Amino acid sequence: MSYSVTEPSGKQKTIAATLVILYAVITIIPLLWVFITGFKTPPDSISYPPKVFFEPSLEGYVNLFTTRTRVTPEQLEALPPPEGFAEEIVRNRKMVIAGPSKFGERFMNSVIIGFGSTFLSIVLGTLAAYAFSRFKIPLKDDLLFFILSTRMMPPIAVAIPIFLMYRQLGLSDTHLGMILLYTAVNISLAVWLLKGFIDEIPREYEEAALIDGYTRFQAFYKVVLPQAATGIASTAIFCLIFAWNEYAFAVLLTSGTAQTAPPFIPTIIGVGGLDWPAVAAGATIFLMPVLIFTIFLRKHLLRGITFGAVRK
Amino acid sequence: MSNKPIDRVAQATPAGVARKVKGLSDRAIAWIFVGPTIFLLLAINIFPLIWTINLSFTNFRANRPNRDVEYVGLRNYERILNDSDIWLSMQATAHFLIWTIVLQVILGFALAWLINRKFKGNDLWTTVIVLPMMLSPAVVGNFWTFLYQPQIGLFNYVISFFTGADPSSFEMLGSVDLAPWSIVIVDTWMWTPFVMLICLAGLRSIPDYIYEAAEVDRASKWRQFWTITIPMVLPFLMLAVLFRGIENFKMFDLVVQLTGGGPGSITELASINLKREAFEKWRTGYSSAFAIILFVTVFGLASIYVKALNKVKER
Repeated sequence: MSYSVTEPSGKQKTIAATLVILYAVITIIPLLWVFITGFKTPPDSISYPPKVFFEPSLEGYVNLFTTRTRVTPEQLEALPPPEGFAEEIVRNRKMVIAGPSKFGERFMNSVIIGFGSTFLSIVLGTLAAYAFSRFKIPLKDDLLFFILSTRMMPPIAVAIPIFLMYRQLGLSDTHLGMILLYTAVNISLAVWLLKGFIDEIPREYEEAALIDGYTRFQAFYKVVLPQAATGIASTAIFCLIFAWNEYAFAVLLTSGTAQTAPPFIPTIIGVGGLDWPAVAAGATIFLMPVLIFTIFLRKHLLRGITFGAVRK
Repeated sequence: MSNKPIDRVAQATPAGVARKVKGLSDRAIAWIFVGPTIFLLLAINIFPLIWTINLSFTNFRANRPNRDVEYVGLRNYERILNDSDIWLSMQATAHFLIWTIVLQVILGFALAWLINRKFKGNDLWTTVIVLPMMLSPAVVGNFWTFLYQPQIGLFNYVISFFTGADPSSFEMLGSVDLAPWSIVIVDTWMWTPFVMLICLAGLRSIPDYIYEAAEVDRASKWRQFWTITIPMVLPFLMLAVLFRGIENFKMFDLVVQLTGGGPGSITELASINLKREAFEKWRTGYSSAFAIILFVTVFGLASIYVKALNKVKER
């Protein structure tokens, strides 16, 4: 075996691995705890000592998606036998299902606003990034810095005039209003990231296309766009995650029709007292897509979170 | 089909469109491409900013839009600088900012340094560690209130398991002494991986031959660490601190869900105070002035910091 000064010894590796794995396990426990709490019954979720082993139940998920009303034992007996598992779980608590909860709606709002604003940010961002990457634009660096600096404002500070403006324009609590707002926030990220990705595509490809008689426009969407596809996809995921996670604007500017899931999930607890399993179920459903995306994004993660400053 | 360039062009786009775009100069295309972005930012960022500046000189209240608006000059700014509540919230922000950055830098660098030992499976564990930072801070804050419950919460249980204290004897979120630390803990749990990833990129950018040369010169490992590793990673580390600093100065969602600024106003960070002034007390003019002060502070500190960062990079 050859000796290398930069390759750590086997013992060093074992110690490093042990410490890192220990940290990783500590990190993941809160997330696992939320995941399993979603499958507990409310009494199990607040038992002392905390229960690691328990009989799994879907009560949290049923409570998350339904509203329920309490009935007297006499009324309960008079009812026809329960249909389906959800009704059965609810009846065990001397209640009946009154209707669907708002969680489904709020979740869909998150989907609509998330995808809408991501689409807009990517379309506008790709065009702007291409222009910044390829053309001489007066005051280019200042413009790019200006685009970045819009991210430094505390969201609450922007929210005051946006609140007044949206009230005037009738955009308060609308999907369109939230899509435009999230696009404006995300566009700085989109432009900076995409400019980095487009900078990496050799200019020679387009120049060859231009010589072949393509117009600038055609060179852009036939040569550059396909080359930038991976970059565009990962930028899109970052925009989507931001819009998905955003809370400050959502809680100030939406209350009903366009309310997204983050301001809604914490209010679940108020509905039925200490209903932690329902909150945990909501959090699980809401966080799961982001966890999956993060695993896909691994390679570009660093680039995305530093606005393209660190590329690796 | 002929293969002449001009025919290919004709096939590619409808003739009308092709004729239209062909005439455009690069300069025109540049403006068409950049225009919508600049317009959107002007409409949703710059116009509101100017409006905020304007409001900051008035006594406007958003819950009474029909009342006459008076210009009060610099009075709002004067009152903010003399308002003890605002100074308390700045102190809370400073405590939060300093401790989260210190802890995240130490833990993040240490983890990156360990992961850089390239042990088997380091990729998998890195991914696991990274997960918290991608999640919604509001939802994270919300479920940490569950972990922090006295008696039934997992956090309290684990602490009492190791220290022997009664798990219902301390309230992480409810006590004046512990609440500022409980928000630091959650933020550190969430964002250490961010610093770690950036440090890892820094460590991986150091070429092996530098260490080999140092080894030939018989520099001790300790010396190599302080004269090679640290200076080479420093620009990366400073970048990480810049990002965390800006983000945590603006911190709102996570802490609002965890403590709501309480108990009392002990964890009322600048953004939470601002929200209270603007959307609960409806002192729109006053809070606009506060918003401007915050923005100028972040912007000013960040600019000075970036200059320092560039100096370190040049070295």
